[in-house]
Amino acid sequence: MALEIQIAKKLPEFTLDVSFTADDAPVGVLGPSGAGKTMLLRCIAGLERPDYGRIALGGRTLFDTERRIRVPARDRRVGMLFQHYALFPHRTVAENVAFGLSHLPRGEQAARASALLERTHASGLDGRYPRELSGGEQQRVALARALSIEPEALFLDEPLSALDTHLRSQMEAQLQETFATYRRPVLLVTHNIEEAYRLGERLLVLSRGRVAAFGAKEDIFRRPPSLEAARLTGCKNFSRARPISENTVEALDWNCRLRVAQALPRLASHVGIRAHHIDFVESSGASALEENVFPCWLVRSSETPFRITLYLRLHHPPTDSGEYHLQAEVFKEKWERFRDRPLPWRVRLSPDSLFLLPE
Amino acid sequence: MILTAPTDWSPLRISLETSVTATAITLVAGLAAAAWRQRRGGPAIAFVDGVFLLPLVLPPTVVGFLLLLLFGRNGPLGKLLLSLGTTVVFSWPATVIAAAVVSFPMMYLSARAALEQVDSRLLEAGRTLGASEWRVFYAIALPLAWPGVLAGTILSFARALGEFGATLMLAGNIPGRTATIPIAIYFAVEADDVKTAIGWCLIDLAISLVLLGSLYYWTHAKGLGPSRAGRR
Repeated sequence: MALEIQIAKKLPEFTLDVSFTADDAPVGVLGPSGAGKTMLLRCIAGLERPDYGRIALGGRTLFDTERRIRVPARDRRVGMLFQHYALFPHRTVAENVAFGLSHLPRGEQAARASALLERTHASGLDGRYPRELSGGEQQRVALARALSIEPEALFLDEPLSALDTHLRSQMEAQLQETFATYRRPVLLVTHNIEEAYRLGERLLVLSRGRVAAFGAKEDIFRRPPSLEAARLTGCKNFSRARPISENTVEALDWNCRLRVAQALPRLASHVGIRAHHIDFVESSGASALEENVFPCWLVRSSETPFRITLYLRLHHPPTDSGEYHLQAEVFKEKWERFRDRPLPWRVRLSPDSLFLLPE
Repeated sequence: MILTAPTDWSPLRISLETSVTATAITLVAGLAAAAWRQRRGGPAIAFVDGVFLLPLVLPPTVVGFLLLLLFGRNGPLGKLLLSLGTTVVFSWPATVIAAAVVSFPMMYLSARAALEQVDSRLLEAGRTLGASEWRVFYAIALPLAWPGVLAGTILSFARALGEFGATLMLAGNIPGRTATIPIAIYFAVEADDVKTAIGWCLIDLAISLVLLGSLYYWTHAKGLGPSRAGRR
């Protein structure tokens, strides 16, 4: 089943202008807050009306401005998991899940509701009210409710953002399990890069209402199609670049020449490298000639429990301004091995890790 | 002992019948108006709001007089009713009309506030689950707004029970037919029948206390228990 979207809607800050086609693989919709992610879901679900465009799901046209089609939300058969779950507070868990089954006889409603709750590992909660449930339980119930209408597409709006870290990984596993058996279009909105990567097979990167990247997640992370896509997928290091030869560029902001593995795209304006791809090499006279190896000084650092981020300045010792060229991320174990070595250290920007980006 | 039981109990019966009927009408009309209002926007709404709330700010005698013009022999509605061979002026239905019009704003305001408080995402969740707009209203919005609606109903009932000015203008004082408790009190005082007046005052006081008590109970009990309003 395919979900085809081509819509435009003017919003106060920018225009949401999105075209893509999702198939049965889950799509992680990634972007900063206010990029239009939730609005996109709401437009497809029929809760907002785009100004222009077309939405089709599995051959059914849900919306088409030219043919004046606008199927109301209740007939779209789209399961929606709202950000804070939106469970009906005055109904029990079983009544919440059975809400979308009102066309069935009572007995069958109850049987279906229990089956759905079992499927999302929420059995035994039937008689409780939403406010008596934990965050994780609420989400399981909301998921069961969204699946109750046998939706032809499933949308999840920041499904994990309301949960604490421990529950998050549990619920992530639960969602992966659900997606594996569901096999219809799934859009999962998040601003968390790792969540999008783990749960999505494809990624749709949104920036101010536009598609900055859409495709298989591995491709987007390995070779971001644009500067914006690279930034939104968490890349920290960029320099303006000028092509020198077939596989050499001059990195203008880093004051160095870099060999790159990738064939130079015609409109490459920037070169980038991810923070964890920056390598530290042993100082030895011989390696001075090694390609893409440069001396660097530590400007400052910032620690997380297992990793450390090093802010580095290339070629010269740091000045008072605190300016730096590169952000490198290394595991603490590795950091322990070279932290006491005298400066300058030597970084290697591996040709395989460098990517070239059009503006 | 200045207290004696009223010899004629009809004002109590008329008052209760009038108030119950008027409140039933107001409940439906106020809810419908509030629900309709919630789905609309724009400048026209401010005008409609103003019209709905007029009976609250106008003196009841003015409301009564306007109703008299509307339902009188030469009024548009009066003529219509006359052509059907009936009239409402100075009859029991007039007490209901006066009480309903005057208590309508209470119901409208309470229902509007209560419906606006319902989280719109719950209504949207209902829609994505295939519910019609009508079902979204009665199965989600109404149960969640119920405590507020109920408080509005009690206030409307109290207002209808106390209605005097508009009722006198439109329905007059016909003992046994249109004489409600407030009207009975007024005419008892005018006729120097203090005992009857005090008796009715005490009965009114008792009814008001019961209403206030139930209002307190409902507005404070709504936070208790898993939303009792949702249980049918």
